[in-house]
Amino acid sequence: MQITQLTAFDLLDQIKKRQLTARDAVEAFLKQIDKHEKTIGALITVLPEYARERADQIDQMLADGRDAGPLAGLPIIIKDNLCTQFAKTTCASKILIDYQPPYNAHVVEQLEKAGAIIIAKANLDEFAMGSSTENSGIKTTRNPWSTDCVPGGSSGGSAAAVAARMAPVSLGTDTGGSIRLPAAFCGISGLKPTYGRVSRYGLVAYGSSLDQIGPLGADARDIALVMNVISGHDARDTTSVPESISPKPDYLTKLDTPLKGLRIGIVKEYQSSDGIDPQIVAAIDQATKLYEQMGAQLVEVSLPHTQYAVACYYLVATAEASSNLARYDGVHFGYRTPNPEDYIDVYSSSRAEGFGDEVKRRIMLGTYALSAGYYDAYYLKALKVRMMIRQDFEKAFEQADIICAPVAPTTAFRVGEKTSDPLTMYLSDIFTISANLAGIPGISIPAGFSRDSLPIGLQLLGNYFDESTILQAAWQYQQHTDFHRQIPAGFIEQ
Amino acid sequence: MSDLNYKVIIGLEIHVQLATQSKLFCACPNRFGDEPNSNVCPVCMGSPGTLPVMNKKAYEFAVRTAMAMNCEIARYTKWDRKSYYYPDLPKNYQISQYDLPLSQNGNIEITVAGEQKKIRIRRIHLEEDAGKLLHEGNVGFSQVDLNRTGTPLMEIVTEPDLSTPEEARVFGTELRTLVRTLGVSEANMQQGQMRLEPNINLVITKDGKQYKTPIAEVKNLGSLRALERACAYEIQRQLADWEKTGVTMETGFKSTRGWDEQTGTTVLQREKEEAEDYRYFPDPDLVPVVVEKDWLDAIRKSLPELPIARRARFQTQFCFSEKDATTLVEDRATADLFEQALSLGAPVKVLCNHFISFWAMHANQRGVSIAELGVSAPRMASLAKLVGDNKINNTTAAALAEKLLTCPDDPADIAQRENLMQVSDASSLEKILDEILIANAKAVEDARTPGKKQQKAFGFILGQVMQKTRGQANPQVVNQLLQKKLAEKN
Ligand SMILES: [Zn+2]
Repeated sequence: MQITQLTAFDLLDQIKKRQLTARDAVEAFLKQIDKHEKTIGALITVLPEYARERADQIDQMLADGRDAGPLAGLPIIIKDNLCTQFAKTTCASKILIDYQPPYNAHVVEQLEKAGAIIIAKANLDEFAMGSSTENSGIKTTRNPWSTDCVPGGSSGGSAAAVAARMAPVSLGTDTGGSIRLPAAFCGISGLKPTYGRVSRYGLVAYGSSLDQIGPLGADARDIALVMNVISGHDARDTTSVPESISPKPDYLTKLDTPLKGLRIGIVKEYQSSDGIDPQIVAAIDQATKLYEQMGAQLVEVSLPHTQYAVACYYLVATAEASSNLARYDGVHFGYRTPNPEDYIDVYSSSRAEGFGDEVKRRIMLGTYALSAGYYDAYYLKALKVRMMIRQDFEKAFEQADIICAPVAPTTAFRVGEKTSDPLTMYLSDIFTISANLAGIPGISIPAGFSRDSLPIGLQLLGNYFDESTILQAAWQYQQHTDFHRQIPAGFIEQ
Repeated sequence: MSDLNYKVIIGLEIHVQLATQSKLFCACPNRFGDEPNSNVCPVCMGSPGTLPVMNKKAYEFAVRTAMAMNCEIARYTKWDRKSYYYPDLPKNYQISQYDLPLSQNGNIEITVAGEQKKIRIRRIHLEEDAGKLLHEGNVGFSQVDLNRTGTPLMEIVTEPDLSTPEEARVFGTELRTLVRTLGVSEANMQQGQMRLEPNINLVITKDGKQYKTPIAEVKNLGSLRALERACAYEIQRQLADWEKTGVTMETGFKSTRGWDEQTGTTVLQREKEEAEDYRYFPDPDLVPVVVEKDWLDAIRKSLPELPIARRARFQTQFCFSEKDATTLVEDRATADLFEQALSLGAPVKVLCNHFISFWAMHANQRGVSIAELGVSAPRMASLAKLVGDNKINNTTAAALAEKLLTCPDDPADIAQRENLMQVSDASSLEKILDEILIANAKAVEDARTPGKKQQKAFGFILGQVMQKTRGQANPQVVNQLLQKKLAEKN
C-alpha cells in the first residue's frame, strides 16, 4: 500500500520497524499536498523545510536507538487557530494575516514531544466561526469527494486534508460541531473530547466555555493514538481537568473490547426531526441495527431541551466571542489600519478592515447580548437553558452508555448555497451543538454514502470524560464496515 | 446667607497594589522600575490563545486584609470580565470581580479628636491592573509599557461614612498602617501603591429645604495630605457652585476631577450622563474560586496583632500617649523594633523616652521611619540600658544616639572610649570631693549652717564636682557623699 493511504497506526508501525523513515513519510505527504492543494485549498501554511528538518532529527534519534516518542515520525496537520512559534497563526483572518505567536500551544508541545511532525496548518472559517469554511478570510476549501461542495466547518481544512490524504491525521477545534461536521462531510472520523480533557492553552479562543481541540483521522484507532498524546491536565488551563478528578486513560486499551451489553441511546426528539435528509435517517437506522447485531442494546432517551440548543449556543458563543475578539484592535499585534485619524480610529478601522462579515455579525450579536438591560433576558437566560441541556444529558446517561445520533441534517452542500442565509447555515449544527453546551464528548464516523456519493456521518455521544467508550463503539463499528476506508477518487497515489 | 448649613458626605474608593512576587494571572515578576516591557509574557500581553491562572497568594493577601477589616469572606466567588477599550489594556477587558466580590460588609475604626468612629467597608475585591501609556518626548504617537499590566490590585470601597476632610485623612492613615502591618502592600502613595479616590458631595439645608450637590470623584492624589486638602477644596467649590448656579444631583452630572497639587485645586476631567456599560460577564477562562474553611482558619491564625490592638497595648503597657502610640504603630517595622529592643532588656521608660525624643527626631529629619535609621534593636537596647543603669545620663544618651547613626559600634564601647560613662564609684568621687572641700572652706561652712546660704553653697559644691568630672559624676552618689561628709565634720 502507498504511504499516503496508510493509517497513522500502520505508518507508525512501519517507521518503528524501520521499514520506512520519517523522512520518507514526510516526503510522501508533502508530495500529495503539492499535487492536490491547488484543487482542495485545505492549507494556509505548508512547512516543508521545518517538516524535513524534524523528520531527519527523528530518523537520527531512531538510528541512535533512542526513544523518539509514541508518534515518532507521524506527519500531522493542525488547524491554523493553534499557536505555533515556528509558523504564522492566522485564524484565517486578515486581522492576523502575518501574526507569529510568541509561544507554542500545549497540544503543539505535546505533539512535538511525542515525535509527531507538523507539516502544515489548515484552513478554517475565520476564527472558527462557521460550518462550511466559506468564511475563511484567506481561501475556500473544497470537499475532496466533490469539489463543488463545501468540506463543512469550521475545521474544514483539517478534515479535507485528511480525506485527501495530505496527512494521516489532523487536529481541529470544535465549538459547536466544528470537528464533527467536517469529519462527516469529508467521510472521516473526528472526535470532540469532553470540555476540559485537552488543554486549550494556545488555542485562539472563539467561545471559551465551548471550545475543545480534537483529532481527525481515518478511523477511531488513529484518533485514540493522538488523544493519548494531546489529552491530560495542563496547569496553564484552569478549566483542564486535574488527574485527581479524571485520570487520563490509555485510549487504545478498550478499543477491541466487544460491545456486548452496551446500552445505546436513541434520542426520541431526533426521530421526528423535520428537514433531515431521509438517506441520513436510513444510514443511522442501518448503523443501530448493526450495533444490535453486535450485542448492544437500544434504549430510547429524551433530550427535551435540545430544541433550544441552537438559540442558546448563538448567545453563549457570541457573547464570549465578542469579548475574546476585543484584543484584535490594531494596537498590540495583528493588522493595523494604515492611516488612522486618532487612536479610536485605530480600533474601529483596523477592526472594520480586518474582520470578515460573519465575525462582525457574531461580535455584534454577542455585544448586544451582554449589554446592560439585555444581559438578563439573553445571556443569563441562555446560561439557564444550558444548565437544562446539561441535565438532560446527565439523565440520559443514567439509561444509556452512549447516544447515537446524526451529525448533520444534510450531506455536504454546494459552495455558495447557504452563504446568503446565515440562519440556515446555523442549522447545520443542530445535532452537534448540544454536546458543546453540555461539555460531553462526541465522535463523528463515516456511516455510508448518499446517492450522489457524498459521505454520511454517524455521531456517537459519550458521558463526561468517557471518550474511551465512544472510541470503542466507533472502532467496533469500523471492524464491521468499510466506509472509513474509502478514499475519494483521484487522491489515491498511482 | 440666612439659615444655611451643610453636611459633607465622603466615600472612598481605594486601590492597593499587592506586594506579591508575581502578577495576578501569570508568573511575571510584580516589580516596578524595570525597563519598559521587560516584565511581560504572552499571558499578560494578551497574546491570542493564552489563559489566566489565578495567583493564590494575591487572593490570600486580599482575604487577610478583609479579615482585618472585619469583613464577611465569601466562600464562593468568580472572576468577571469588564470590557472597555484602552491602549494600556491589551485584552480590552480587565479581569475583575463584579457581583460576587471576595468579601463584603466590614468596618474600620478610626479616632478623630479623641472620638471613635466606625467607617463601614462595602466590599473588597481583586482585579488586574492596566499598563502605562508613555507620552513623553513623542510627537503624534504614544508608547505602552505593560510591566504593570496584570499586577494584582485590591479594590476597597467604603460606605459614604466620612464627614470631614480630616476623617478622610485619618481613615487613609489607618488603612495604610493596616496593610503595612499585614504585609500585603508597602502602600506608598507617591509611587501609586495606594490610590485613594474620594467621592464627595454636600447635603445643603437652606430655609428648611434640602439640596444635594452632584457627586465629584477626585483622582490623582499623591499623599494623604493631598486627600485632605482636596476634600476641603471640594467642599468650598461645591458650596460656591451651588450658590452660584443652584446645581444639584438631579440637575447636574456626576463628575471626575483631578487634583492639582501646585494650585491646590481640582480640575474637571469629565462629566458623565449615565453609567458606562462595561458588559460584565463571568470569565469563562477561570474556574470559580471555592474557599475552604481550613484555609480561612489558617489565614486567620496567621494574622499579626492589628494596629488598633497594638496601639492600645502601647498606651496601656508602655504608657505612650495616644499620639505617640499611633505614630509608632503606623510603621510595623518601627513598632517591632521597639518591642525587640524591649525584649533585649531595655528599660521600658527609658526606651519610650528615646523613641519619642531623639529617635523620632532623627527619623523626621531624614524623612524615614525609625526602623529605617539603621540602628539595630540590640544597639538601641544597649543605649537605653546605659541610662537605666545610671552609667550615662539622658543628655549623654542623646549625644551618643547621634553617633550611632554613623558609627556601627555598640554605644557602651563608644561611651567607654570617649570617657562618657558616669562616675558612680564612691571612692574615686570621694577623693575628688575631698579636694574640693579643702579648697572651698567658706562654702563648706555655709553648707553646714542652716539658713539662707545653705542651699546655695550645697549646690555650688556639687557643681564643682560636676565641673571636675566633666559632667560624668553620678549626681545621686555625689549628693549622698557630700551629706555624709558635712555631717562627719560637725
Ligand atoms: Zn506575564
